[in-house]
Amino acid sequence: MSGSAANGEVLALENISKSFGPVQALEGVDFSVRAGEVVALVGDNGAGKSTLVKVISGIHHADSGRILFEGHPVTIARPNEAVALGIATVHQDLALCDNLDVVANLFLGREEMEPGVGHVLRSLDETDMERRSHELLGTLAVTITDVRDEVGTMSGGQRQQVAIARSLLGEPKVMVLDEPTAALGVRQTAQVLDLIKRLRDQGQGVVVVSHNLANVFAVADRIFVLRLGQAAGDFDRAEVSEERVVAAITGADAVAGNNGHSNGGAR
Amino acid sequence: MSASQGAAAPPAPPRVEIPRPQAQVLRRFLQGDLGSLRVLIAIAVIWAIFQVEEPRFLTAVNLTNLVLQITAVGLISVGVVLVLLLGEIDLSVGAVSGVCSAIMAVLNVQHGWNPYLAIAAAVVAGAGIGLFQGFMFDFFGIPSFVVTLAGLLAWQGVQLKVLGDTGTVNLNDPTITGLTGTFYGDTVGWLIAIVGVGLFAGTRLWARRSRVRAGLEAPPLGAVVLRISVVAVAVIATVAVLNASRGVPLACLILVGFVLVFQYVTTRTRFGRHIYAVGGNAEAARRAGISIMKVRVVVFMLASSMAAVGGIMAASRLLAVNQSSGGSDLLLLAIAGPVVAGTSLFGGRGSIWTALLGAVVIGSISNGMDLLALASSIQFIVTGAVLLAAVVVDALARRQRAASGRI
Repeated sequence: MSGSAANGEVLALENISKSFGPVQALEGVDFSVRAGEVVALVGDNGAGKSTLVKVISGIHHADSGRILFEGHPVTIARPNEAVALGIATVHQDLALCDNLDVVANLFLGREEMEPGVGHVLRSLDETDMERRSHELLGTLAVTITDVRDEVGTMSGGQRQQVAIARSLLGEPKVMVLDEPTAALGVRQTAQVLDLIKRLRDQGQGVVVVSHNLANVFAVADRIFVLRLGQAAGDFDRAEVSEERVVAAITGADAVAGNNGHSNGGAR
Repeated sequence: MSASQGAAAPPAPPRVEIPRPQAQVLRRFLQGDLGSLRVLIAIAVIWAIFQVEEPRFLTAVNLTNLVLQITAVGLISVGVVLVLLLGEIDLSVGAVSGVCSAIMAVLNVQHGWNPYLAIAAAVVAGAGIGLFQGFMFDFFGIPSFVVTLAGLLAWQGVQLKVLGDTGTVNLNDPTITGLTGTFYGDTVGWLIAIVGVGLFAGTRLWARRSRVRAGLEAPPLGAVVLRISVVAVAVIATVAVLNASRGVPLACLILVGFVLVFQYVTTRTRFGRHIYAVGGNAEAARRAGISIMKVRVVVFMLASSMAAVGGIMAASRLLAVNQSSGGSDLLLLAIAGPVVAGTSLFGGRGSIWTALLGAVVIGSISNGMDLLALASSIQFIVTGAVLLAAVVVDALARRQRAASGRI
């Protein structure tokens, strides 16, 4: 069998294909992420990054291939099945309620209630939610001064951090972050990248989709390149140059790109 | 490329000055009250103007009258606030209040139903109407504006049908007329005041204590006591004024009771939190696993039910239900009130209190103009101008939020 769990792979996709009508979005893609590893998923527009993310997060269902979670074959037919498995996805639009404060956003849809009878009229346990929010944001060293501020008043970086922190409440094993640094300033980008590193240090498997190679090199352990729906390279960050990755993205090294784990910087 | 340094390199600028926790808590504490404070100041100004023009305005008799006048519209506004929090609108609440009160009147007077059963039937009819409208709105994705506009027309027709040929049903059942005709004199009035203030003080102090115990920042005890004192003074003054005339009206207790219940529901329960979430960002709410359809349909049901309750109170006060019950400017005033008092038309911002405060603002204006015997032409123009001013304030606040990055 695969033995995925043995080599530490918390999530593994094998030979995944997906087409939309005549368009082959993904073709025989193998992709994996280990616990405590940051994998950057890069590629040009239309390379299949979004489709792969949507297969992982249960929005799309792969035509063929299989998904292993902690070594066991699973099917992910719907987004909440992915969440139930332990795969949290932070989409690019974050999906925060600007009119609610940080605590309310963190616990949206899973509010804690005071003990008591009567489901409908039971009171929210605001103190406990606030206490847990402080804890959670504290362990992530998130730079938010007041958890009772409306999210709408916050910077893009803070909002991104709130969105990431929120998905952590479900105690996922894999985090998928879609363009977490797009549209952020330099300093805010650094904050989010630091947060991603802390997630890794806590043993999360992290998949980061990004266009920004500088950020990718700053944070990723492994760089997985998609090109025209196929794997075009799977590099160890420490051993690869940016030029090499760019070549894989654009197809300039189409020959070298197909051999999976390359020896990177050697070139 | 030295790309890897790209993100790590930014010269870490000095941390933003973190405000001292105490100052922060105090700021939020004040902010929470400032919205209401603006409205309270507006009420004070309106009252001062009318008092100068007409000394009868601030008398116990007239203020008791004012309370009775705003009960129906205030109750309807409670439901309207719920709908506004979703960022939707319900144009049918006036017509629904009319048709439901007609149902109650016909069942009680012509069919001899027990008054409580007749009242319950009217509220259930309201809930059914809300269920239907909420479902049409959510399931077919028809704008709530259009669904409830159709309702406005159709329920008016049903009301005429229910009332039959005579077009008027006079109410004489003591239970129903007693809803607005009952007053609690001295002792009971003060008892109500003491219990109310005691409950408020208890919950405030308890909330502070549990925060302190959990190790969270809590507002200074002095601020909490100040707030309790302000509320206590307001309640005691109100009861004193009402006692100087006929006593505390049952209608007033019904209105305040519904306001308190829905204030609790919207701010303290999961359902209330979900109303704000759907109003703020429906897509985010959906992805958080909230059933948007359920929230919407229940809110429209509550809005129509509260319209029925308001209609019943209006009928009780008029001692009759006729073809114009629930018509005229009732709908517009019920929507204008909360908006004047600060509930946003754009959804997600506002509170149930604005139903009460807004009703007081609008009610005071029309009561005062009645006392001054101004022509109804002037009254309409003034009320319209007040509403427009309030909406402008709302739009400006929204623009300011957008400018500072909050939408």
